[in-house]
Amino acid sequence: MINLQHIERVFQVGDEEVHALRDVSMTATGGEYIAIMGPSGSGKSSLLNILGLLDRPDSGSYELDGTRVSELDEKEQARIRRHKIGFVFQFFHLVPRLTAFVNIALPLMLSGMKQAERQERVTTALAAFGLANRAQHRPDQLSGGQRQRVAIARATIMQPTVILADEPTGNLDRNAGIEVVEILEELNRQEITLIIVTHDPELGKRARRQILMVDGRIEDDR
Amino acid sequence: MQIQDFFRYTFNGIRAQRLRSFLTALGIAVGIGAVVLLTSLGEGLHHFVLGEFTQFGTNLIAINPGKITTHGVSGALLSNVRPLTLEDSASLKQLPQILDVVSVVQGNGAIEAGTHQRRATIYGVDASAARVWKFGVAAGRFLPDDPPRSARSFVVLGSKVRKELFGNNQALGERIRIGGELFRVIGSMKSKGQMLGFDLDDAVYIPAAKAMALFNRESLMEIDLLHSAGSSSSAVAEKVKKALQARHGKEDFTITTQEKMLEILGGVLNTLTIAVGALGGISLLVGGVGILTIMSITVNERTGEIGLLRAMGVERNQILVLFLGEAVILAAIGGLAGLVIGVCGSWLFSLIVPALPAHISWVYVASAELLAAFVGLLAGVLPARRAAGLHPVEALRAE
Repeated sequence: MINLQHIERVFQVGDEEVHALRDVSMTATGGEYIAIMGPSGSGKSSLLNILGLLDRPDSGSYELDGTRVSELDEKEQARIRRHKIGFVFQFFHLVPRLTAFVNIALPLMLSGMKQAERQERVTTALAAFGLANRAQHRPDQLSGGQRQRVAIARATIMQPTVILADEPTGNLDRNAGIEVVEILEELNRQEITLIIVTHDPELGKRARRQILMVDGRIEDDR
Repeated sequence: MQIQDFFRYTFNGIRAQRLRSFLTALGIAVGIGAVVLLTSLGEGLHHFVLGEFTQFGTNLIAINPGKITTHGVSGALLSNVRPLTLEDSASLKQLPQILDVVSVVQGNGAIEAGTHQRRATIYGVDASAARVWKFGVAAGRFLPDDPPRSARSFVVLGSKVRKELFGNNQALGERIRIGGELFRVIGSMKSKGQMLGFDLDDAVYIPAAKAMALFNRESLMEIDLLHSAGSSSSAVAEKVKKALQARHGKEDFTITTQEKMLEILGGVLNTLTIAVGALGGISLLVGGVGILTIMSITVNERTGEIGLLRAMGVERNQILVLFLGEAVILAAIGGLAGLVIGVCGSWLFSLIVPALPAHISWVYVASAELLAAFVGLLAGVLPARRAAGLHPVEALRAE
């Protein structure tokens, strides 16, 4: 359950003030599938950063699952990110020196889970994403699609309620892109809220709800 | 985060850049190696010098004529100073806790045995000298315990004099001339070696009264006292001072306790050790700068990773600890390698220069390793703070 009210975000670029978000309000119920679309510079990434608690709004409030998360301090926001939000990035953001296995296990490791407990969970995830025989490969030994699958496995290993994907197919060829989207949609069917930022209309059309952003405002929401 | 995972993660970061990490750790290794090696040499010198001084025993008190004051001329040059006499020496022997007394007169003279002649140091001493100074007799015996004023004309030879004058021949019972007077050889000493440049083997030992006559002196140059091991040097020195003051009417002599001398000497040598250690510390500092540089580069390279970690819910402080940990571990590895270098180096040094054995002080070794970790910590603070201060959105954009 997401509730944004009157979110403003202003960046100072040189002498100029850039309004990345202007009075953005939106709600999303659990299990929704939303595509945030719009031209570059329209504020869709800024919105995603606010939703992911990576950035704070200058004003407005953000409620996630009944908690006013915009009021929380850095530590508590980190805890929410850890447990409720999974990120999928355009450039995968895998740690290049770690194997696929360790990359997926990273969130568990950082949250303090013991190795023995991690083992089973990561192995299951690897199998579920068709990476069972890629466990000991490092990112540079994987194809683009495999890398994004590792990234998705990592994003879901903590069983978050929301997945935020920023151009998840932007760096993949068509087939790999479709494969990745289907995986994300499958996760959405398991009641995980899926929010995808994209400027690819074809990808946007797949979502049940499209939010169009222009110049920092929500122009259209259907 | 589990502690083993913390180590796994940081080690992984270090291993990922093998050559770079190796070179950085090497910088610290050289620094720690230098600290360990130099302090070992300093400690070795310390032990060596103290050994030289304590070879005469540690419960010694020396009395010299004349009061040394902080200003003016030494009292020894003034005519109204009562010199130290054999009687002073005898009276001090009566004091409690005083085990032995040696009256000392020293000079140079020609020593003739048959056709051989040699100039050597002549010590006028008492029978107690061998005990007090811890001399070993090689053959025969040391001077007999004759009444001081009527001691017989006996001489004991230092090992070098014995060798020069008699070679492999029997010296015991032979008569030799010292400053024209005849003395009978009753013993020869074991080699005692040099003591700060004075060759104690190139000397002969005759009764103090005979030496006074030989050098035409009325008084002694020094009185050495050996006190019992259990008693405090300063307390005994105080008693000696009172007793001698009562005899002389005023304090016209100087008392030096071995303890005090060793204390001062030890202090000087410790300072020396610390000073050379600090020299090594400079190279450690350079190693620290190396870590600072590499960690800054690492933070730059891993900006994207830092953004990812933040996105995954890692707190700012955890980022700080991760990068600090990497710097400390890198420095600690270098430190360990440095310990090996330092210890092997001092061992090698001991092999090459056995006279001045390097002495490895494990306290210094342990503090050197701690120092290495501390240098790593210091060097890591700046880059780690930068890493922790990165805005997650900015950091994620870096890749």
